[in-house]
Amino acid sequence: MRETPTTLLILAVAVAIAAAPARASAPVKKKEVLYEARPPPFSDGIFPCSNCHDGKSMKPDPTRRELAFHDEQQSVFDHDAEHRWCLDCHDAQNRDVLRLASGAPVPFTESYRLCGQCHGDKFRDWRVGVHGKRVGQWDGEKTYLLCVSCHNPHSPRFKGVKEITVDGKTTIAPTLELLRPEPRPRRPDEMRGWKRPATAEGAR
Amino acid sequence: MTARKGFDVIQGEPEAADPSRRSFLRTAAAGAALGALAGCGGVSMDDVLRKHFRELSKDDLAKVLTKVERRNKERFGKDTRVTAEGPRPGVEFGYGLDISRCVGCRRCVYACVKENNQSREQPQIHWIRVLEMEKEHGVDLTHADLYYDPGAVPQPGKFYFPVQCQQCRNPPCVKACPTQATWKEADGIVVVDYDWCIGCRCCMSACPYGARHFNWAEPKLPAEELNPVQHYLGNRPRPKGVVEKCTFCIQRVRNGRYPACVEICPVGARKFGNLLDPESEIRRVMDTKRVLVFKEELATHPQFYFFYAT
Repeated sequence: MRETPTTLLILAVAVAIAAAPARASAPVKKKEVLYEARPPPFSDGIFPCSNCHDGKSMKPDPTRRELAFHDEQQSVFDHDAEHRWCLDCHDAQNRDVLRLASGAPVPFTESYRLCGQCHGDKFRDWRVGVHGKRVGQWDGEKTYLLCVSCHNPHSPRFKGVKEITVDGKTTIAPTLELLRPEPRPRRPDEMRGWKRPATAEGAR
Repeated sequence: MTARKGFDVIQGEPEAADPSRRSFLRTAAAGAALGALAGCGGVSMDDVLRKHFRELSKDDLAKVLTKVERRNKERFGKDTRVTAEGPRPGVEFGYGLDISRCVGCRRCVYACVKENNQSREQPQIHWIRVLEMEKEHGVDLTHADLYYDPGAVPQPGKFYFPVQCQQCRNPPCVKACPTQATWKEADGIVVVDYDWCIGCRCCMSACPYGARHFNWAEPKLPAEELNPVQHYLGNRPRPKGVVEKCTFCIQRVRNGRYPACVEICPVGARKFGNLLDPESEIRRVMDTKRVLVFKEELATHPQFYFFYAT
């Protein structure tokens, strides 16, 4: 009986030695992990983009220019505006996907891979839950929010967010306005003789 | 002789007390207690004679929980589910708050009130208090405003510093409690047994974070706003005259969920997880960010960490 642990140990070491060369020789291609995220916060009726950009009625024009259309993006565009324009991130051939710097297509639901190309430090934090927000279980399944749920990709500095519904699912969309704080707590003296105010405005 | 006898009794009290006198005193004390109880609405003899929460047998605990559910029904006319889920082995909760992200919107304050059945008004009880501080001064309570009320946040030049129970490893409140109505659980949550609390508020004066709150009046909680998922040591409705505090939403976190404040935070400034799990987000924060604890000099050793992610 006393020998059992030793025997087991020797066996384990032998297995490890036998397995080690096999593991070392196999080319370790780190597979990119995909994260389950809430749906991207599209404006109403804008997606799929190929409804308009079908490649027939409108030919793709890859020259950098001020857009005549999409002025809702053009007017707020402040994402390294000096150097960037639409087709750096949007795919010219298939408008329903984004493109990486390598030219590889990325669906809108995985846009974090695109953002992560430049914002590697934030991407690293986001993956482990330090940057941004995850909901679900602290000890299990979590759902991520995409970068674009809080940062408008065309004007990425954080201002505020609101809750929206996309295809029946609740998600979060960035806004261009700052958040309004909830009512301040009541001071002790106010609490003593306090009556519920008639209007919501009176509560403040 | 009678005077002499009386003198003798006083002299010999520890060894030679008159047994009949002692039993008389005991009966009298019990009678007085019963008389006092008759004046307290809703408190029965069982509540007083039962053992401390941590010494309750499984059957006794079930009885206590059923009683709380029955009282909820009487008070709110609603069915509730009161549990007493215990701490999990290998779990020590840690909480992180990113001061560089918090915008001071107070969503957490009201999500907490909704989740934890606090009194809504008179007394208005908030377990989380968000302080507005000046960037120029840093974390400094002499330049902090609890009652800030601008139209939009964050205000330029300000940062926001939410304070709630820090779940200290060396909790001054627990030491101050004369009845052991508050204690630290194995997973780190400092809890209060509202049935055991006598309302002396010693814990409140001991707490350096102002994290404990007293029900000065009967808590006012509309029945339609009652959260029916309750924990005995957490969000079950409180009576008048007891102290209450943040429990990291014990009814949620013991079931694997995030606290309500973490889930509501629109900027993701709040992080929560198991300090003993190296993959948890709180551990990642502690490994990679600049972390501080509030009032470190008091050696309360909080399980609540503030950090700067940028």
